[in-house]
Amino acid sequence: MAVGIWQRLDQAGRNSVPFSTTVAAMLVGMMPLQLPDYSFVAPPLTLMAIYYWAIYRPDLLKPYMAFGIGVLQDLLAGSPLGMSALVYVLAYWLVLTQRRYFLGNSFWFLWLGFALVAVGAGAVQWVAYSLMTAHLVAPGNVVAQALLAIVLFPLPAWCFSKLHRSLLS
Amino acid sequence: MRALLQRFSFLLMVLAAIGLMMMTRVDPVFIDAARARVTDAFAPILGFIARPAGAVASVLESGRQLTALYAENQRLREDNERLRQWQQTALRLEAENNSLRGLLAYKPDPAASYITARVIADPGGAFVRTLVVMAGQRDGVRRGQAAMAGQGVIGRVVQVGEWSSRILLVTDLNARIPVVLETTRQRAMLSGDNSDQPRLMYIPRGVEPTVGERVFTSGHGGLFPAGLPVGIVAATHDGETRVTPIVDLSRIEYVQLVDFGIPGGLAAEAAQPGAMQ
Repeated sequence: MAVGIWQRLDQAGRNSVPFSTTVAAMLVGMMPLQLPDYSFVAPPLTLMAIYYWAIYRPDLLKPYMAFGIGVLQDLLAGSPLGMSALVYVLAYWLVLTQRRYFLGNSFWFLWLGFALVAVGAGAVQWVAYSLMTAHLVAPGNVVAQALLAIVLFPLPAWCFSKLHRSLLS
Repeated sequence: MRALLQRFSFLLMVLAAIGLMMMTRVDPVFIDAARARVTDAFAPILGFIARPAGAVASVLESGRQLTALYAENQRLREDNERLRQWQQTALRLEAENNSLRGLLAYKPDPAASYITARVIADPGGAFVRTLVVMAGQRDGVRRGQAAMAGQGVIGRVVQVGEWSSRILLVTDLNARIPVVLETTRQRAMLSGDNSDQPRLMYIPRGVEPTVGERVFTSGHGGLFPAGLPVGIVAATHDGETRVTPIVDLSRIEYVQLVDFGIPGGLAAEAAQPGAMQ
């Protein structure tokens, strides 16, 4: 007997951690926190999760999963369908091509990489939304959101790495 | 070869995403149905997550209140005194109004009924101002109903699922509400632009809204009943007038959806959520 069913179930459960944490991050990001002006600049937790897992376990969080989560988020959030999906796929692509710079280097590199991704994601969203509504949207919120995301990144990243270490290695 | 395949698959997904964006324009009804289904499916989870969030928010709130307890008490006492006098006036006016209506055989607007629902998600993001609430078709929610919180209008229902629905806030880029100014009775359109303060549009030249003046729904377009308070004129300069919503939109826990008996106004259909994004 090679591997028992329990062992395989256990492994499948562990392997689903990147996907399920990303979905959980998306849902938590939609929590009504009732802080003044918070929801306009709420940090994109989903983007952080996708960024983290695309660097460390791209074998478990596949690009099509990022796409699917983006579509799901658009449907739930009422944002233009396809916008988040586009952002996540592009972010994933960028991370995958630059992965060797982030992997193994210090945390500062991971942070710097996320800063680039967050700014890029904000820019893509802004352009896409402005094109779709044929209306130049004020970029203030996007900029604030990206900045807040960059500042807060270490906290979610620490949570992901805890999960990563305890369940996947 | 593998790299090429990978690049191709990414390109395919990017195109698919762009295709989805196009599709919102082509078939908004289908997309809307899909949104409603998905929101329904996730509503229980969102509702579950929202509970601790509400608890955290109320702890923060009570901490904030403790510091201002004394001053708040003082203010409330004075408020109460003043409001008692107003109550007397209101009662007198109501009686007078009733008797005058009786004289005129006035036909009143149909009575409104309210559905109260808990806010379960505030998906936000930098581009949309919506709330998801835990009440839907089976609770009597219909698209186009006005959403109120406390004393003022906060938006309208744009998507209805079986047991969840979505509210487009007055600050959203796509929100348009026909309003009337309190003192001049001048009509205008309250138009959101994703900022905290929506703009008043289509005010004729020469009409200068005064700061502090209240803004009410006008009832035109049949979407909202007339006379619901929406906001207060905050500032005017360069012909641009901004209105502060009367309700603090970031602190809504429960909303009231108002069904005032006018079946699906014209504007309800014009406001397809394809344009909702």
